[in-house]
Amino acid sequence: MAVASAVLVAGLLLALMVGRYPVSFAELFGVIAGKLTGHAPAVPSAVENVVWQVRGPRVASAALVGAALAIAGTAFQGLFRNPLVSPDILGASSGAALGAVLGIYFSLGVFAIQAFAFVGGLVAVAAVYVIGGAVRARDPILVLVLTGVVIGALLGAGVGMVKYLADPYGQLPAMTFWLLGSLASIGARDIAPLGVPVALGTLLLLALRWRLNVMSLPDEEARALGLPTGPLRVAIVAAATLVTSASVATAGVIGWVGLVVPHIARTLVGPDFGRLIPATALLGGGFLLLIDTLARTVSAVEIPLGILTALVGTPFFIWLLASVSKTWS
Amino acid sequence: MILSGHNLTIGYSDHVVGRGLDVALATGQVLALLGPNGGGKTTLLKTLLGLLAPQSGEVRLGDRALASLTSRERARLIAYVPQFHVATFAFTVEAVVLMGRTAHGNLFSRPSSADRAIAARVLERFGIAHLRERPYTMISGGERQLVLLARALAQEPQFVVLDEPTASLDFGNQGKVLREIRALAASGHGVLFTTHDPNHAMRAADRAYLLRDGARVGEGAIGLILNKAQLERLYGTSIETVNDSTGRTAFLPG
Repeated sequence: MAVASAVLVAGLLLALMVGRYPVSFAELFGVIAGKLTGHAPAVPSAVENVVWQVRGPRVASAALVGAALAIAGTAFQGLFRNPLVSPDILGASSGAALGAVLGIYFSLGVFAIQAFAFVGGLVAVAAVYVIGGAVRARDPILVLVLTGVVIGALLGAGVGMVKYLADPYGQLPAMTFWLLGSLASIGARDIAPLGVPVALGTLLLLALRWRLNVMSLPDEEARALGLPTGPLRVAIVAAATLVTSASVATAGVIGWVGLVVPHIARTLVGPDFGRLIPATALLGGGFLLLIDTLARTVSAVEIPLGILTALVGTPFFIWLLASVSKTWS
Repeated sequence: MILSGHNLTIGYSDHVVGRGLDVALATGQVLALLGPNGGGKTTLLKTLLGLLAPQSGEVRLGDRALASLTSRERARLIAYVPQFHVATFAFTVEAVVLMGRTAHGNLFSRPSSADRAIAARVLERFGIAHLRERPYTMISGGERQLVLLARALAQEPQFVVLDEPTASLDFGNQGKVLREIRALAASGHGVLFTTHDPNHAMRAADRAYLLRDGARVGEGAIGLILNKAQLERLYGTSIETVNDSTGRTAFLPG
C-alpha cells in the first residue's frame, strides 16, 4: 500500500511540475501552502495560475480516470474469475465510443458528446446483460462474456459506419482523436461529471469488498456460501460500468490501465478486495498521471493516451505473462 | 432435523436426469451416494443443496420447503464441499475459511473477530492451523480438501454435502477425509457424500443410496445394501468380495 501511495504522490508532483511552463518543487510547495494557510503565496501569479487553472483539472481527471479504470478492471477480473479481463469486457468502451462518434457526427457540443458516450456505455452493458441473461445456460458467466464480445464487435462496426459517413476533414479527425484517448481539453467543469459517478461506483464496490472475494469463487460455491449471486452480479457490473463509462466519456478510449494495474496491485497487496481496491485506485491514478505527463511533454504535439498506454502496457504484459502466470493456477 | 427429497424429478432445463427419487438424511447420520458415471449423483446432490431447483417434487429441510429459504438461511443449515479445485486468485487459507462465515454477516460486513476465532477453531480441528497464512493455491490437494472441509464447518451448518471428497486424493489423505466424515456425524452433523468407491462408503457411511440411470436401484443400511449382487447390478460388472475373520467385507472390481 505504501508503494501504491508513493506512485500516486510521485505522479501528482511530477504532473504538476513538468510541462511547457516548468514549476519547481519549492514553487509548487509555496502554491499549495498558500492555498492551505489562506495567505497569498510568495510565487508569481503565473505559477499559481498554471498549477490551479491549467494543470489542476487535468491532473485531477487523470488521477480519477486512471483510478476508475483500474478499479473497474479489478472488479471485473474478480467477477469473471479471469485475470485477463479488462473493463471493456462487457462492451462499456465500445458503447461509449459509438455514443461519442454519434455525438461528433451530429456536431453536438462537448458536454453532449460526453453525455452520449456515458449513456452509450451504460446501454451497451445493459443490452449485453439482458441478452446474456435470456440465454439459458449452465455457465452464466461464460455466456455473459461471449455476449459482450459479440455486442462489442457489433458496436465496433457501428463506429466504423459512422466514421465512414463522417465529414473527412472536420469530424473524422475529431472522432479518431477521441477514440485514441486524451485529456488535452479537460477543464474544471469536467471534474464533477467524472468524479460523481466514479465516486458512487467506487463506494459501492468498496462496501461490497468482502462479497467480491466470495464472488470470485465458482458461482455454485458462492451460492452455497449464502450469496444471492444474480443480484450481486448486477450490482457489481453496474458499479464497474458506471465508473468505466464516466472515464471513457471524459477521456476517450484508454486501454491497458484496467488490465495491467490490477495485476501489479495484486502482486503488491494480495487478492483480498479490501486491500486490492484502494491499492489499484492509487496505482491506477499514479500510472495514468505519469502516462499523461509523458503524453504532453515528450513532443511538441500531444501523443494520444491510448497509444502510450499500449506502448507501455504491451511489453509489461508480455513480461507479466511469462513471470506471473504460474501463480494463477 | 431431516433433509429430504420427495418424489423428485431432477435435471437441467434441456433434459431430465432422474425421476421418482425419494431420499432422506438425518442429522448425526452419514449417507453415501453411489452409482456409475452419468447416473445423476451430482445432479441429485445439487438439487438437495438447493443449487438446482427440482423439476417436480420437493426438497424439505425439517418442516420447511428448501425453496422457501433465502440463500443466506440455507447456507446456515447446509454446507457444500465441492471437489477441490484450482483457485483463480491466491487467497490465504484463512481467507478461504472465513468465506464460510459469509452467511453469518450482512451484505456489507467483513469478517469479525468472532468469525476469525471460529476460523481458527476449525483450522485447529482439521490440524491445518499452520497453513493459515499460506496461499490456497500453493498447498497440496489433500490440504485443499481439508481447507474446504474447514470452510464448510465454519458455516456452522446442520448438514454437510460433499462431492467426491476422496477423488484425486492419495491413499493417506483418503483415510483422513473418511475419518473426518465420521467425526462430523459424531458431532451431530448430517453428512451426504458421493463416491466411486464402495469401500469408502463401507468405511464412513451408515446408509447408502444407489443411483443408476437416474433411478434408485437400492437404499438401506450400509451392511445390508452393499453386497456383491447389488454392486454388480449397480455397475454392470463383476465384483469380487474379500472377507476377513472379523466379518468385514471389501470389494474389488473385475
